[in-house]
Amino acid sequence: MDSINAALIDIVGEDYVSNRTEELFTYSKDLGTSEPQWPDYVAAPKTAEEVSRIVKLANEHKLAVVPLGGGMSLAGLALPLRGGITLDLKRMDRILALDEKSRFIVVEAGISHGKVTAHLHKHAPHLMHSEPGAPAAATIGGNLAIHGQGDLAHPYGFNSDMINGMEVVLPTGEICRFGSCALDNDWYTLHPLPDLQLFLGWSGCTGIITKVSLRLFPCKAIAEQDMFIVEDEDLVPEILYELTHVGMAEDLMAISQEIPPPFNRLHCILVNLSGDSKEELEFKRKLLFDGKLTKYIKDGTGGIGAVGQRIERPQVSKTSDWRKGGGFEYVGAIVPVSFYPECYRRGSEISQRHGIPYTVLGRVIGSGHGMMFSWTYAFNRADEDTVRHAREALHETDEMVLELGGTLWKPAVFGQKLVMDRMDANTLQMMKKVKHLLDPNGIMNPGNWEVV
Amino acid sequence: MALTQYKYMDMIHRCFRCGYCKFPQDWEDVDNCPSYARHRLESYSNGGRLWLIRAWINGEIELSDHLADIVYSCVACKNCEEMCPLSFSDDILNMVIAARNVMVEQGRMPPAVKKYLENVQLHGNPYGLASKKRSDWMEGLSIDPFKDQEYLYFVGSEGAYDSRAQFAAAALARLLQRAEVSFGVLGNDETDDGNEVEMLGEDGLLEMVAEKNISRFKALGVKKIITLSPHTYNAFKNIYPRFGGNFDVKHYSQLLPDLIKAGRIRPPKLENVSITYHDPCFLGRWNGEYNAPRKALQAIDGAQLIEMARNRKSALCCGGGSGNYYTDLLGGSEDSPARIRARQAHATGADILAVACPNCLTMLEDAIKVEGLEEKIQVKDIAELLSDPA
Repeated sequence: MDSINAALIDIVGEDYVSNRTEELFTYSKDLGTSEPQWPDYVAAPKTAEEVSRIVKLANEHKLAVVPLGGGMSLAGLALPLRGGITLDLKRMDRILALDEKSRFIVVEAGISHGKVTAHLHKHAPHLMHSEPGAPAAATIGGNLAIHGQGDLAHPYGFNSDMINGMEVVLPTGEICRFGSCALDNDWYTLHPLPDLQLFLGWSGCTGIITKVSLRLFPCKAIAEQDMFIVEDEDLVPEILYELTHVGMAEDLMAISQEIPPPFNRLHCILVNLSGDSKEELEFKRKLLFDGKLTKYIKDGTGGIGAVGQRIERPQVSKTSDWRKGGGFEYVGAIVPVSFYPECYRRGSEISQRHGIPYTVLGRVIGSGHGMMFSWTYAFNRADEDTVRHAREALHETDEMVLELGGTLWKPAVFGQKLVMDRMDANTLQMMKKVKHLLDPNGIMNPGNWEVV
Repeated sequence: MALTQYKYMDMIHRCFRCGYCKFPQDWEDVDNCPSYARHRLESYSNGGRLWLIRAWINGEIELSDHLADIVYSCVACKNCEEMCPLSFSDDILNMVIAARNVMVEQGRMPPAVKKYLENVQLHGNPYGLASKKRSDWMEGLSIDPFKDQEYLYFVGSEGAYDSRAQFAAAALARLLQRAEVSFGVLGNDETDDGNEVEMLGEDGLLEMVAEKNISRFKALGVKKIITLSPHTYNAFKNIYPRFGGNFDVKHYSQLLPDLIKAGRIRPPKLENVSITYHDPCFLGRWNGEYNAPRKALQAIDGAQLIEMARNRKSALCCGGGSGNYYTDLLGGSEDSPARIRARQAHATGADILAVACPNCLTMLEDAIKVEGLEEKIQVKDIAELLSDPA
């Protein structure tokens, strides 16, 4: 038997290792437009100690290790570009502690966002975490590895700003903890120790996140989604500025899409509100709508699209069926809110050029400190021509973002290169040194964020 | 080269592999797909399975024994269909069964599946036992053959042959007799219902089995059927009409509330007993019957019904569907679905795990034993619980 395979079986057990075609095929594929990249082995560890042993084994044999969470980045960030071992971390899914009074939860990083939400709903319904727009199977660790955001981005920022501590298996196999947990204290704070956060946003190139303390936030008893609609995209930044001044919303998004046709070319500003009573909700609604939006209704430039809608779990995968083809991918960028109109116009032009119904979305981060803007391109997995068009549209969008002065979020390798081409030389060198210091054999998710 | 006979070629690429199919309704965890819960590799999720099937049909990968195992490890519980948010969700299980159709045509099923189908073909039951032993479950009972009674009581292969399920089959007969329900049985003339044959993708054998049963029922003047097994119920209700067999079919649990209300069944009195109920897939998700079994259990004096966290549409399958109670492609692990389900039942603190399916009965009773819980929780068919004298 293959000695690597045997060693992996010794570490995680026979059921959770494979070097058979079927598993290698499955893990060679991403949900987006990326070309398949085949691993040599797939392993699904259960503990950080198992991860550590696998990483040490990989160093001995100079084998690549690619950590995989829910596989929802769509940008091919967990594809094994140089083969090696794909580590499916979803068996590491325990909830280790919930501290309601200090408002944090400690979880293993392979846990799904859906499981965390369900656990809180059942055991601490007055608390919530920031859940991304990705399917519920997206994992906590995966989301942090790409600097994700979620439905609490407006009040609290990036999800990666919402952690109280982490455990990471370094590329050389040591298990390290960061934050108060490093002192063997509880997992209540990441600060004020010297900053060693070299793992967030690295897509697993500097280590494998295995445990996380997530900050929790008040979850009000009643929540609703309201919608305000404008036709003029140039109004969107000022409306969002007004709404963020009030600071009462839980989530603020602006979306424009060609499908369904009645919404084509309109800009729907979605406002999530919550309250512990109807009075609280009504108070917030009044501050936002009466205080800030009435003027747009009066001058005929805006209107209320909906009030009091139930907030459903995002079903983003429905986007994949727009072309009856099982696929979509998007470019995400972090941009100033003022970029919205240009991002929309340029994005819809790219979509039109490639024959893809346009979909753009901007989610406010912080008090208007930034916006995650996404351009989504659906394709038909069975029609290579539509896949090619989507891929080209993604690349054009990557270039457009950087031309506009935006910053690509979780870029695929193509976008990473564009970013690094424009990066300050000293910063780039520091990235290279950090990577080399932590990962001397270059085994961690090689091909990503690779400074030449 | 693409396999042109595959029926869902124009649709199978539409699965995005978003993973909704793994969850229960409340998103509690990714382990409500039995085969994914057992293996925890993406290849065993339904999305992974559909992508693999497409790759095989397209000629990207070869059909191997391992691929056949993956395709046959789906227990047809329909959790994926319930959770898939896409417009073609009603067909995602059919896409798997259609792949099995092609595997059957090529004779490339796992050996245990092949044996199952051979046994049904040669012996009329998956166990390969003689048809003359089919009525062994009736030993000690006085049950008339079906002639002109109101109902045919169709026991099914599990109830007829499995030593544990035989108790449930007999209990139901006693219960129906006590309720003065007019029924008869086919005895040794009964044959397999074909439900699992359909799930395993053997269309030719299904046609043969269904036509044989239908012609026998028609010849005997059968109009109304009571089934012990939800699998049989599903076959007669949803599959046989395709072959011209239209009968008034009821799973036995569906008769119980009216019989209890009419005073024809007097549920037993128990002493401070708590019961949790496991929804069989072919009664629940397949046919939408969640209430009748619960009503029957709630009628038991002294019993408290406690729900498992995963119930109704969210119930985790015992892992026995699609012939897996025989082929056992999900066994051998503490993560086997039956063992997970046994632990979920035990977690309620219930004294009794009630079931309404002979497959679930045998799967879960075995799992309770393997988990070492037999002193703490008993597995009983609802027919057994109600047939105890009041």
